[in-house]
Amino acid sequence: MRGNFSTITKMFSAGVLAAGLLTAPAKAADDTIKVGILHSLSGTMAISETTLKDVMLMLIEEQNAKGGLLGKKLEAVVVDPASNWPLFAEKARELISKDKVAAVFGCWTSVSRKSVLPVFSELDNILFYPVQYEGEESERNVFYTGAAPNQQAIPAVDYLMSEDGGSVKRWVLEGTDYVYPRTTNKILEAYLKAKGVPAEDIMVNYTPFGFSDWQTEVSAIKKFGSAGKKTAVVSTVNGDANVPFYKELGNQGIKAEDIPVMAFSVGEEELAGLDTGPLVGHLAAWNYFESIDTPENKKFIDDWHKFIKNDKRTTNDPMEAHYIGFNMWVKAVEKAGTTDPDKVIDAMVGVSVPNLTGGYSTMMPNHHITKPVLIGEIQADGQFETVSQTPGLVMGDEWSDYLPDSKDLISDWRAPLACGNFNVATGKCGGKGTN
Amino acid sequence: MILIRAIGLTLLLVMASLLPSSAAEADLRAVIAKFATAANFSATEAVVRELAATSDPAVEPPLSALADGNLYIRKADSQVFVGKDAGDGIDLLDPLSGEKAASAAKTDLTKIKVNNGLRRVIRDALGTLTLRATDPAVRIAAAATMFKTPDAANIEPLDAAIAAETDASVKALFEQARAASLLVSDRPEADKLSAIALIAARGDRDAVSLLTSVEANSQGAVKDAASSAIATINSTLALWDAGQNIWYGISLGSVLLLAAIGLAITFGVMGVINMAHGEMVMLGAYTTFVVQQVIRTSFPGLFDWSLVIALPLAFLVTAFVGLAIERGVIRFLYGRPLETLLATWGVSLILQQAVRTIFGPTNQEVGNPSWMSGSFDIGQLAITWNRLWILVFALLVFGVLLYVMKRTPWGLRMRAVTANRRMAASMGIRTPWVDALTFALGSGIAGIAGVALSQIDNVSPNLGRGYIIDSFMVVVFGGVGNLWGTLVGAFSLGIVNKFLEPYAGAVLGKIVVLVLIILFIQKRPRGLFALKGRAVEA
Repeated sequence: MRGNFSTITKMFSAGVLAAGLLTAPAKAADDTIKVGILHSLSGTMAISETTLKDVMLMLIEEQNAKGGLLGKKLEAVVVDPASNWPLFAEKARELISKDKVAAVFGCWTSVSRKSVLPVFSELDNILFYPVQYEGEESERNVFYTGAAPNQQAIPAVDYLMSEDGGSVKRWVLEGTDYVYPRTTNKILEAYLKAKGVPAEDIMVNYTPFGFSDWQTEVSAIKKFGSAGKKTAVVSTVNGDANVPFYKELGNQGIKAEDIPVMAFSVGEEELAGLDTGPLVGHLAAWNYFESIDTPENKKFIDDWHKFIKNDKRTTNDPMEAHYIGFNMWVKAVEKAGTTDPDKVIDAMVGVSVPNLTGGYSTMMPNHHITKPVLIGEIQADGQFETVSQTPGLVMGDEWSDYLPDSKDLISDWRAPLACGNFNVATGKCGGKGTN
Repeated sequence: MILIRAIGLTLLLVMASLLPSSAAEADLRAVIAKFATAANFSATEAVVRELAATSDPAVEPPLSALADGNLYIRKADSQVFVGKDAGDGIDLLDPLSGEKAASAAKTDLTKIKVNNGLRRVIRDALGTLTLRATDPAVRIAAAATMFKTPDAANIEPLDAAIAAETDASVKALFEQARAASLLVSDRPEADKLSAIALIAARGDRDAVSLLTSVEANSQGAVKDAASSAIATINSTLALWDAGQNIWYGISLGSVLLLAAIGLAITFGVMGVINMAHGEMVMLGAYTTFVVQQVIRTSFPGLFDWSLVIALPLAFLVTAFVGLAIERGVIRFLYGRPLETLLATWGVSLILQQAVRTIFGPTNQEVGNPSWMSGSFDIGQLAITWNRLWILVFALLVFGVLLYVMKRTPWGLRMRAVTANRRMAASMGIRTPWVDALTFALGSGIAGIAGVALSQIDNVSPNLGRGYIIDSFMVVVFGGVGNLWGTLVGAFSLGIVNKFLEPYAGAVLGKIVVLVLIILFIQKRPRGLFALKGRAVEA
């Protein structure tokens, strides 16, 4: 009898426990951590940004499968700023004020980032920005997980100057006419001149957004390249304009062995729209390639194919940046024990997470991260093959050392300095970048 | 016992036949095997140079395979093979004989990596090796490579090749390559001066490139001869440049014409401000993509015909969509241009987003058939095939459209309805149907323009956006309602644009063209070829 009773009690308590376990997730669902995703799903930039929205959804789903964060489930809040720069600011405000998100992952173009900056500092929230950019900025509320110019442009030019890269002596800087190419080319021009390249060996040219008739430009490159010196093109041509540019290069017979093109905005996604047969050997500089052979990357690609239900979809550098940024945020939230943006911002500096190229990336005090720099050559199958890699990790340098008005500036968001544009020459916080 | 002996003998025989036929071949194989142990690019380069130094034509296949990224190491036994893609795996061919030795999965093989530097070294090596190839095209390629990479050591093989060459045009190229190599050798000055004269006769950019470096590295008479040769070539090239600008202008004009010609019907003839015109072009391009996808998977042999097959389909698809838009939206809005503008703008957004949902936001690959790839030279003018075909196609479409409008009963009805709707209706023409079919025709033509534009632009949901402004510009500039105006407008805008571009840059050039058009419209509000008569007032 007694034995029986105890069994019943046990069974009963087990039942209560089980019931408690079953109801627990239901309770947590009312109390989720919201994560904002601010990427264009329509308009011109949808081509690049939709993929980033998808990869964020995948990362959040995976985190939830691992048990969420601080015992709560994550909930993605997706908005569509429709490639419309002022709308980015409106949607950011909506995410922070109305949806009360803990952090936002978003933006692609520099102008969209600039448009949301005041919103993030006013409402004190966090933005993770995943795209390579022109630098010359460091904000308390923004974490830059893409490359700064010294993590992409400068090593790329160094490679071309080296014997492996062909000892290039003449340079064409070809770009789309907006802030990223203009600033990057300004830095590169200063850098090349500092390396002793005479002004007549540098040609700078800009074309409008979505430019499609490259005949004149390509023949100008051909002409510039026939001065008896090894010539290379450094391309900051953006998005849609790349496909006609490369088609024209192929048709006019410019081979990578003669005049290589080093691109900063051409990734696996852009090549997906191209027959890469005639382009083999042209180069790109990134911090990640889909072809990188590491177990982390293999798992990431497999997960991505499973999530998107299409094993032909490629992965690219900004996707890795979001992977790193999201994992850093998760770690910082765990470290801070709260999602309160103020505490998370302080906890972020020094957080270190694995990247997909077999190493670790660390968040530095200037809110930029450390990354390896890879130079890849386009292959006939639309992938890149790494031909050069920096020996160690490169730390993102927000204020370029090659521009006269930013070479004295540094950024350190830790107390007591807590300044994004500290001038070491005058010893004062403020200067360029102060609005 | 006898049996064992027989077996032993057979084994010996088999082994003997498997052994390399000559000692030289064994040596080559030993060198090729070194690829497996080359740890980096410079080690691979050393092996390439060693192979090239043998001057044995047998090393050509493995070297070309290496340059194309088709040389593999089998992980199991570190043997080197030439790989040939065979669907699910890779066929392994013997690097020297080219016979199929085995096949393997991609994961069992390591591809030998090459970079641009290595490809250059291989190309140079192959240049010397293929001077005596039987195919004249290969010999021409060899001569071109040797011209670009002059080396004193090339003179002797070239002398031998020139003596053996029977084809006069190839022989001339060999002589130029020999002259180039002569200039970097320590031969006497007189030889060098005649070499400069020979190279100057080429008159192209490669000659300028070569002579510039000669000029920089020499003194005295040679330097003077080189600089005067450069000056002469440059002055002729300047003339060719002007010719090239005209060609580029014509080619840009043909693209503008293609994009605008459908709009010349819907906007020009019917007066409908159709903001969804660009999306019709986009739909045409996507039809091409779908056709190519089907051909790739089911009928790979038909790939070169894919554009021809896509043309009628693109016309039908977009004409049908156009018909639906006219019947569904536009017919309720005739005579209300502002509402039409907004409604068609909305339709364009719907179409864009629909395509984005169905095909995804990324670019789709539309391949160029072989007859649309590459370029050919007329004098110093490089003309790319795809641009030439687009020009021909644009003129063809224009011609057919003109014929339909002017010479067929249907065209007559169309013009009658535009000229005087009520009169046409009282003559028994069913004007609503003429409207619908005219709009469908304009849309269909935009669709076949999309087939052509898919060859030079990227196929993405945004494709149409880039052409809508230009199309309106052409039609307004040329004169609304006049097909010839559209033709002249497109070509003049193209040529003006391309003449401005080298001096003003692409960005400023476009602005200048826009300002010029605005000024022109101020002066002649009805465009180049203004319609006269009652239609204008209606």
